[in-house]
Amino acid sequence: MIPRIYIPADSGALALGAEKVAKAIEKELKERGVEAKIVRNGSRGAYFLEPMVEVATDKGRIAYGPVKPSDVKSLFDSGFLTGGHHKRWLGTPDKIPFLAKQTRLTFARCGINDPLSLDAYKSLGGLSGLQAAVAMAPADVVKQVTESGLRGRGGAGFPTGIKWKTVLDTASDQKYIVCNADEGDSATFADRMIMEGDPFVLIEGMAIAGIATGATKGFVYIRSEYPHAVATMNKAVAIARKAGVLGLNVLGSPNAFDMEIRVGAGAYVCGEETSLLNSLEGKRGVVRAKPPLPAIQGLFGKPTVINNVISLASVPIIMDKGATYYKDFGMGRSRGTIPIQIAGNVKHGGLFETAFGLTLGEIVDDIGGGTASGRPVKAVQVGGPLGAYFPRALFDTPFDYEEFAKRDGLIGHAGITVFDDTADMLKQARFAMEFCAIESCGKCTPCRIGSTRGVEVLDKVAAGIEAEKNLALVTDLCNTMKFGSLCALGGFTPYPVMSSITHFPEDFKPAPARVAAE
Amino acid sequence: MTMQAASTEIASRTAAIIDEMKGIEGPLLPILHSIQDEFGYVPKDALPVIADGLNLSRAEVHGVVSFYHDFRAKPAGRHVLKLCQAEACQSMGSDAVAAKVKQLLGIDFHETTRDGSVTLEPVYCLGLCACSPSAMLNGEVIGRLDDEKIEEIVAEVRS
Repeated sequence: MIPRIYIPADSGALALGAEKVAKAIEKELKERGVEAKIVRNGSRGAYFLEPMVEVATDKGRIAYGPVKPSDVKSLFDSGFLTGGHHKRWLGTPDKIPFLAKQTRLTFARCGINDPLSLDAYKSLGGLSGLQAAVAMAPADVVKQVTESGLRGRGGAGFPTGIKWKTVLDTASDQKYIVCNADEGDSATFADRMIMEGDPFVLIEGMAIAGIATGATKGFVYIRSEYPHAVATMNKAVAIARKAGVLGLNVLGSPNAFDMEIRVGAGAYVCGEETSLLNSLEGKRGVVRAKPPLPAIQGLFGKPTVINNVISLASVPIIMDKGATYYKDFGMGRSRGTIPIQIAGNVKHGGLFETAFGLTLGEIVDDIGGGTASGRPVKAVQVGGPLGAYFPRALFDTPFDYEEFAKRDGLIGHAGITVFDDTADMLKQARFAMEFCAIESCGKCTPCRIGSTRGVEVLDKVAAGIEAEKNLALVTDLCNTMKFGSLCALGGFTPYPVMSSITHFPEDFKPAPARVAAE
Repeated sequence: MTMQAASTEIASRTAAIIDEMKGIEGPLLPILHSIQDEFGYVPKDALPVIADGLNLSRAEVHGVVSFYHDFRAKPAGRHVLKLCQAEACQSMGSDAVAAKVKQLLGIDFHETTRDGSVTLEPVYCLGLCACSPSAMLNGEVIGRLDDEKIEEIVAEVRS
């Protein structure tokens, strides 16, 4: 048997030098006259171990990482093609603690094989969900998704099945499935990872959504900052079309469904669903007032399912294994699993899919291993640039939509950014306002004007000008933005600002006092 | 390409792109991306041609082009370096990275060096948040930036 070497082509791994490692391995194989097949897989998401190279041996896969190009010679000398020991030896990938502790449903296949091999996809259970769906009545598919308890993984947490039902029940000559892959939140990369590592699962999920609601056309709107994901998705769609997964007869059934990949143009606000629809239509990415709901009047005024990548990619397993199987994971009203993305100043950064319910402390300290800098954790921002900063005192908060809401936070797209004690929370609060000002679509006043005024007032606080009075002003402004903005950009910017002020008041003291306190 | 094309040539190449793409649903953004791929920016002279081809007003086309951060009004440098400035990278010192790069290149964000070698831009998240601080150089991703990598990048864009 020719040995197989797996080297990730995921952009996270590429950013850490996977391409150089691949070149070094190719060169070494040639020089030694050894025959081996190199497979470019996705990433399993343990980025602190990337580039993680795996070899298929008689005892199964053996992983090595993080591999540097300079390690390659010694890897060959240690007999890594048969799993030999080396300082980068990690053993069986599934037994690496960071991966072993996970419950992988949506990401079950991500990072294992060549993402563009449809055969590999099928060999690991791919297309079983779609096969089940084509044999069912649309209403039954919707019912199964509803019963699974799946909620929108983009951040809003709206029940996916209910959205689908509205589209199914709205009569129209044309309906659309739109996948929101405008993953702009800092600390999030789950959408990118699955599109690069297991693109067929998203295609399968979208085809199921089409069959369930009577939509025949789908669009994936991917941000332009993700060129690798765009390339992989384009190739995967072409392969799926050729194989009859997409087209006039999905898997040989009478159902038609096809899709296109579209690329954004650097506007964060287009992650908001109505703004995304405008952008797809070729307009300014300005937010629309709701109602009408996109499910009734969405893309080009037609009934539209608009779901996040992870929501859609979670559908195939629900159709394959059943609603109860999925629902049995999780807590309260947060059912199933969530891919938590542990990022920023953290030792073990990466994607950790698990059932809802772990506490924030378990995620940051036990799984994340604390900060990369080795300094104490000061704050963690949960949910991207619109998420609240949590202090250590709130680390007992369980990862659950409602529990986070109770503590004036949100889980958003489940990204967690860890900051050590060098973080200045006044600076972070100011950045939240500044980011909102840069990215505001300009339609509503609280967001467009409020964010700029917010930056100015926080600058006054930083300069020690009437700090108390100006903090009261910021609080009042946040209240206006929260309740007066049209969408989550202006509406949620107060979360990082107010949580910083509430939990880290010492960082907002007038400048002279701050100096004196140090 | 960095040389600005003549307006008649811009118009004819733009018209060819529009002809090819106007049949797709919601064609404006894909057309603008193609135009930027073709010229390296979205030339002002292309806008009336697009308006005409898609039966839009010039104001509408201008509104769309100016809304999105990606579309350039003038050509970029030979290299485009984007530094992530979002929260995950901030937690790993992206401020200091940006300050160092700006100092080494002698330009600020949204500027191009005088010799046209490099354009420097901030970007708000490349999805490399577990490998911060990160950057993108001509579409290639780079993670865990440190002094050594910064110097390598600067040497590359200068060469």
